[in-house]
Amino acid sequence: MAKQCAVKKKVVREGKELFVCDETRARLLPVLQQVQDKKGYISDADMQEIADSLGIHPVEVYSVITFYSFLNTRKKGKHIIRVSSCISNVMAGSEKILKEFERALKIKVGETTKDKRVTLERASCIGMCDQAPAIMVDDKLIGNMAPQGVKTIIRDFK
Amino acid sequence: MKIGREGPVIFSEIEPYAGLKNALNLGKTKVRDTVRDSNLKGRGGAGFPTGLKWNFVAVSPAEKKYVVCNADEGEPGTFKDRVLLTEYPGLFLEGMIIGAFSIGAKQGFLYLRGEYKSFLGILEKKLEEMRKDGVLGTDIMGKKGFSFDIEIRMGSGAYVCGEETALIESIEGNRGEPRNRPPFPANTGYNGYPTVVNNVETFAVVTHILVKGAEWFKSIGTEKSAGSKLLSISGDCKKPGVYEIPFGTSIKEILKMADAKDTKAVQVGGASGVCIAKSRFDRKIAYEDLSTGGSFIIFNQSRNIIDAAKNFLQFFEEESCGQCTPCREGIPVLLEGVEMLKAGECTQVYLKELLSLSETMQLASKCGLGQSAPNMFISVIDNFKKEYTLSKVNKKEKKFNG
Ligand SMILES: Cc1cc2nc3c(=O)[nH]c(=O)nc-3n(C[C@H](O)[C@H](O)[C@H](O)COP(=O)(O)O)c2cc1C
Ligand code: SF4
Ligand code: FES
Repeated sequence: MAKQCAVKKKVVREGKELFVCDETRARLLPVLQQVQDKKGYISDADMQEIADSLGIHPVEVYSVITFYSFLNTRKKGKHIIRVSSCISNVMAGSEKILKEFERALKIKVGETTKDKRVTLERASCIGMCDQAPAIMVDDKLIGNMAPQGVKTIIRDFK
Repeated sequence: MKIGREGPVIFSEIEPYAGLKNALNLGKTKVRDTVRDSNLKGRGGAGFPTGLKWNFVAVSPAEKKYVVCNADEGEPGTFKDRVLLTEYPGLFLEGMIIGAFSIGAKQGFLYLRGEYKSFLGILEKKLEEMRKDGVLGTDIMGKKGFSFDIEIRMGSGAYVCGEETALIESIEGNRGEPRNRPPFPANTGYNGYPTVVNNVETFAVVTHILVKGAEWFKSIGTEKSAGSKLLSISGDCKKPGVYEIPFGTSIKEILKMADAKDTKAVQVGGASGVCIAKSRFDRKIAYEDLSTGGSFIIFNQSRNIIDAAKNFLQFFEEESCGQCTPCREGIPVLLEGVEMLKAGECTQVYLKELLSLSETMQLASKCGLGQSAPNMFISVIDNFKKEYTLSKVNKKEKKFNG
């Protein structure tokens, strides 16, 4: 996957369609997001390749990746669970949910399970304050979490 | 979806594309006049007059112009844009097209926060439908020469990208670090071209104004704050959700709507906002009183306000872009200060220093994040004296600068 830059092709294809970019540089974030989606992280080789295709230095690519918390330079779990730790969620008991995940996955927040299946993280407000406690499982928003629901979510991964 | 209260503007009946049709009939200048006369102010928090902003961009001789819809919605306690994005996508997209027509833009961006990626399908589908209906693309609704399309750009988990200049940096493919303002995006925006950046709700309101007129709009709300506001109500209440209220509604009335009992305080405007104590629940949601992007978090008597302040400062510590010193260095000091207050270890002298630091942050930070990060801290010190006790012991005296 890393070698033949599938990403680059897609950019070109999209560029030909409705959205003519003024500058290739402006495509950097969407390109990074695509790689992140496909592989779960952006490797050094990917960074080099993307930099070449956009005509910029790899360090610039690295600096952009490290700014955004949803882009990773290292492999994380196949699934990422983010428990919202904003105020409305804390008031609704999100810490309990977090503890329950820690117990069920046998990891601490910020860690990845040994089988590389799941990473557990905290998130800021995820825009689900009316349905607190809320979590994000990969791209999915789940509101009104109960501690009993934790097991079901983990089971669905298997 | 949870809509707590349907108000007179956003959730009122409307024919799809009726606003756009009127706009095309009126012509560019009259559209801007209508928006100006309606006294519409930005719904994203800062409250800048929308008509004025559009006019800056429209009169610029630049060859290209852009329209950007800010759907980054990251302020803690805010989710009203989520409802517009998922339930009424046609409404604000039509507003963007109206804006594009009146300022002469050919391309628009919808900047969607990474957390809302699961809405991408709904939004792409809506855009596709609008292209089929001929309201996006070339010669829109038969108007020769008016072409416009919208591209969705995703954020990737950075709150500060909601700040308009950081958002533009992000669309340009850079780190989302705020720029100095001025120049404002209306002057130097995407790739250096004049750019209108408005909140999702602002665009949604524009569509309604173009259908029903400026006078109708001004008849709602207060003299200085025309129309209504979407509030995202969460925290200690029976009925959290999105509420549309006319400007001028008091906190007391809102608490009643949301069925909140035993309320100690309300945080208006999210982490960057202010904390209002019970004695001031007669204050009103309006630009001239309590201005807000829509976050309304309710705390009951069992809550400790210091804990809330700590949570917000942790949030800011995490989200500060680290570009400028007052914000990057100030936030951790305030956070430590809050912990000292909670433990009863903060002295009067040190508290004074913290307040002076807060003032420095408000004045010297580069963007709104650092400028508003101390707000909650100041609110607590001023309005919630019962929540903390100052230490009389001087030996633990701390100085943050040495
Ligand atoms: C740290 C920070 C975060 C912001 N986040 C948002 C946001 O998520 N959505 C938004 O519409 N405006 C946000 N703003 C305000 C924007 O900078 C800008 O004022 C707004 O998008 C203008 O639109 P309006 O005039 O329609 O309100 C933020 C500002 C700051 C300083
Ligand atoms: S105030 Fe904070 S978030 Fe804003 S530019 Fe400075 S360091 Fe970055
Ligand atoms: S305040 Fe928790 S999801 Fe928004």
